[in-house]
Amino acid sequence: MANTLFDKVWDSHVVRQVKDGPDVFFIDRHFIHEVTSPVAFLGLESRGNSVLYPERTFATADHNTPTINQHLPVADPLSANQLDALEKNAAKHGISHWGLGDLNNGIVHVVGPENGITLPGATIVCGDSHTSTHGAFGAIAFGIGTSEVEMVLSTQCIMQPKPKAMRINVNGKLGLGVTPKDVALYIISKQTTSGATGYFVEYAGDVFEDMSMEGRMTVCNLSIEMGARGGMIAPDNKTYEYLKGRAQTPKGADWDKAMKYWETLYTEEGAEFDVEFNYDAADIEPMITYGTNPGMGMGVTKSIPTAESLKGGVDTYRKSLGYMSFNEGDSMIGKEIDFVFLGSCTNGRIEDFRGFCSIVKGRQKAPNVTAWLVPGSHKVVDQIKAEGLDKIITDAGFVLREPGCSACLAMNDDKIPSGKLSVSTSNRNFEGRQGPGSRTLLASPLVAAASAVSGVVTDPRTLLV
Amino acid sequence: MAYDKFEVLTSTAYPLPTENVDTDQIIPARFLKATERKDFDINFFRDWRYNADGTPKADFPLNKEIYAGSKILVGGRNFGSGSSREHAAWSVYDFGLRCVISSAFADIFKNNCLNVGVLPVQVSAEFADTLFAAIMADPKTEIKVDLPNQTVTLVATGESESFVINTYKKDNMLNGFDDIDYLKNIENEITSFAETRPF
Repeated sequence: MANTLFDKVWDSHVVRQVKDGPDVFFIDRHFIHEVTSPVAFLGLESRGNSVLYPERTFATADHNTPTINQHLPVADPLSANQLDALEKNAAKHGISHWGLGDLNNGIVHVVGPENGITLPGATIVCGDSHTSTHGAFGAIAFGIGTSEVEMVLSTQCIMQPKPKAMRINVNGKLGLGVTPKDVALYIISKQTTSGATGYFVEYAGDVFEDMSMEGRMTVCNLSIEMGARGGMIAPDNKTYEYLKGRAQTPKGADWDKAMKYWETLYTEEGAEFDVEFNYDAADIEPMITYGTNPGMGMGVTKSIPTAESLKGGVDTYRKSLGYMSFNEGDSMIGKEIDFVFLGSCTNGRIEDFRGFCSIVKGRQKAPNVTAWLVPGSHKVVDQIKAEGLDKIITDAGFVLREPGCSACLAMNDDKIPSGKLSVSTSNRNFEGRQGPGSRTLLASPLVAAASAVSGVVTDPRTLLV
Repeated sequence: MAYDKFEVLTSTAYPLPTENVDTDQIIPARFLKATERKDFDINFFRDWRYNADGTPKADFPLNKEIYAGSKILVGGRNFGSGSSREHAAWSVYDFGLRCVISSAFADIFKNNCLNVGVLPVQVSAEFADTLFAAIMADPKTEIKVDLPNQTVTLVATGESESFVINTYKKDNMLNGFDDIDYLKNIENEITSFAETRPF
């Protein structure tokens, strides 16, 4: 029988099938951060357990960290306490830890791939829903809760029913100014935030084959926003080129052995999915969201749909537009904005900064806009400097900050004030996500850049030559 | 034992028909800074429950005296979407709820609930509407959630629907066990398996 990529990776990690229950599922790589791990360590210790395979767990500080003056003590005592707990727990249990100031530090889903910890055919979990990012390498990667973090620490397994399989094919060529973020927001707008609940998604077709590894990470990152457990893309030469020579990828004979395995990781001809969708690249334009979930998105030049055109959920829809202070039928183009956030595990990589700079180069930040440009890791900072992008950023009146999750979920000081409107390259526009009362428009780095220099929501294609 | 056993629960219920309630609403990110698990009820639905000055919003169902003490929440479709933060499930439990009923749950939230002793009960959209209508008409409406028989029933009318839960998770809930108990018992099998992994 023909197998899917997902079947191959999943089935090879099942330690035991529980009758009428979940699989005992083995985890190759476990990422932890300061927010969802402290209670797991407490649980582990209260049961008298130890960490079974400390070398399979990797700790980094990201959710709470400040994005300025990281060399100083963290001012917020609660954040400092969580960061301290992570450091102590890691040290106590022999887990590698990249805290503030470490040159490897950054957002967990940025530093994992950067350091070659993320590998094709691996199973990867983290107490963070955007763990789906790592699926870009042909890994099965998904977010877990704190009870499961404790499970993985103490047994390297979780109890997980096998999800159903979905394939999303996007074929054709993307138009000018259309980025991987737009592809993802387009798919989510079609699927809604629950369309893929219960499924694991494989992305296939020329659009993903042509896409860079960083673009694939952006797409897989957002899989969770349509309810999917995760998304994955079959590894190919681009994947191997990205991985080769990174700090923790296999070397020498181990690399050759790994390659032999990786080359078996594809969906075979005739393999069946529980459900399949096809989209055309030509239908995708730069996207923007207008509501309070990532499924409420549209082409940047379109108008907000009317409640009448919906199939249900009208009250919730009106509540959402009420929160955003938008009206049905509004155009987004030209709406005055207050903030721009470039960063997060979705769009905090070097290509995102390159994209942003391609538009702001030779232009000036609009005076009404406060912009937070937050790289995903120190390595991204180094790349920005090596490529001279920092000069473009500074010349245009922007400031480059230090790495972390920042205003994506506003657990640090980077909070969008109540009522203010932000164009954000992050992943969620939920009520209050970027600070109580904040209003978020999700978009690509290009839309963010065009809006940052115009002061209003702007179609980046009008600024690209 | 990780949490209290769950067998049969009969209770009034809080109605929250909003769709796509995400975990950022259930507990906003700024309240995730604790390093131990306690008192997450305080910030349960913080921004929907309280005004900016800290006064309760009178029209929010969780603040209404008529529902006070209910152990069930009936939520709108796609309840618990978004973040994997288990703090959301803890806040449900700490608020005194043992069961959330909805026509659809987000996966991670559902898993997290099961792991902390909150029973997620998925019903048809029609039955969810029936429950909402009954609770709105009479806040004293009692709902019986019978885990051994996997049924949810409107006590007054006897209208009932069965729900699905796998045998393993059902046994855990009935006994107050969790997955770590199970996994530690097969550790030898796990360590043998680990040796076969290529990396």
